[in-house]
Amino acid sequence: MRAFDYVRASDISTALQEVGLPETRFLAGGTTLLDLMKCGVERPARLVDISHLQGLNDITVSAQQIHIGASAKMSHVAAHTQIQSQAPVLSEALWRAASAQLRNMASIGGNLLQRTRCTYFRDPAAYPECNKRNPGSGCAALNGINRNHAVLGGSDACIAVYPGDLAVALVAFDANVLIRGATDRQVTADDFYRLPGIRPDIEHDLSTGEMIVGVEVPVVPALKRSHYLKVRDRASYEFAAASAAVGVEFEDDGHTIKDVRIALGGVGTKPWRAREVEHALIGKPFTEKVLRDAARHAVDGAQAREHNGFKIVLAPRVVARALMTVGGLA
Amino acid sequence: MADRNRVQLTINGEHRALELDSRTTLLDAIREHASLTGTKKGCDQGQCGACTVHVDGERVLSCLTLAAQVEGRNVTTIEGLAQADGTLHAVQAAFVEFDAFQCGYCTPGQIMSAVACIREGHTGSDDAIREYMSGNICRCGAYPHIVTAVRTAAARLQEGKA
Repeated sequence: MRAFDYVRASDISTALQEVGLPETRFLAGGTTLLDLMKCGVERPARLVDISHLQGLNDITVSAQQIHIGASAKMSHVAAHTQIQSQAPVLSEALWRAASAQLRNMASIGGNLLQRTRCTYFRDPAAYPECNKRNPGSGCAALNGINRNHAVLGGSDACIAVYPGDLAVALVAFDANVLIRGATDRQVTADDFYRLPGIRPDIEHDLSTGEMIVGVEVPVVPALKRSHYLKVRDRASYEFAAASAAVGVEFEDDGHTIKDVRIALGGVGTKPWRAREVEHALIGKPFTEKVLRDAARHAVDGAQAREHNGFKIVLAPRVVARALMTVGGLA
Repeated sequence: MADRNRVQLTINGEHRALELDSRTTLLDAIREHASLTGTKKGCDQGQCGACTVHVDGERVLSCLTLAAQVEGRNVTTIEGLAQADGTLHAVQAAFVEFDAFQCGYCTPGQIMSAVACIREGHTGSDDAIREYMSGNICRCGAYPHIVTAVRTAAARLQEGKA
């Protein structure tokens, strides 16, 4: 690992000043950054430890919105009783991610910036070519072992899958990412993540000198009736083969779909909002056939590579099953 | 050298001043500098759980934590669980009683994780124990006995409180 200077920031403004220096990265939980520094993927010269900043770990739930501070730990948010009751999809996406130890370490802000688990990306010694690490160098995954690579949102430069769970739920429910830098701003979770295109090294909307300070989720009726279904190769402590964050609100008849939210994980280069499925379901009766017919649109435009075609079959089933679970059909 | 720091760590209640390279993980600080070798290095990349310790009472992976990050916090390792007279913690005793290991390399991490798992209240069923102990891998596959030991220790600790 490259040697680095370690500084501990005492407040946000100091942290923002410190991170403006060259080759400097914020250190929060460290579960992604330190791991990638050991792999040789990340090589910062300075780390600014922001894990001790005060006032950034608040969790508040009101009738209008849920606010989660960027320093809040994944485990604490998952176990928050109001989050569990008012927004089950957020709690479920969190406790089904990683392990108990990692969730005690990882912050919400850091979780949003978690980088792909593409094995080629993570192994610079064996695979010098990676457009995400080194733009223009090529992509070993395109013709490599790509069982766990994206079928949605990929490009000829990169098919690395976005690995996280929480962001899938945030995208489904129109959450905003709160950012502080030279000015305060916010961006929707959907717009926060970029498609790889020809520059897969640019993964998100955050600029140098900016810090995520929190996320805000608007409270809608579908949030209370929500669920995160994660299908994977083993029962726990594994990334998604395909996952779905869903929520539904019924008309007064208890059967007609008034509002529905769907986003997919484990299949796209970014958290994947399934708006076509949502549009196909609004106003329809909530039956298994209606759900399965609509869910097929979840993979509109999908492109399979040699080993990941199963995701195109799996993803619509995950969407349908997740919806059936929240709607009382499963 | 700018990359060398004096770090004050509190491990099992004992204060230690260590001269550490900034890259030193909490795991290496515990094993190589504080000479507490109960905490094990397995994968060293956050995947196996062998290095599990407690920081301010919560279980974390010491291999993905920089020593400098936990300055001012309380670190507990497997050596800090038993009482001063050598009486084992209920989880340690249950692991011995139910033979919850084979080679033993993952055991300190399993026990540290189990103590926290019980404290968190995630032992309501065997499925819950499996879910919340999934961050600790056992290559020997001693999982059935580990679940028995955790379930039994949780029940005994609950009785002790009642």
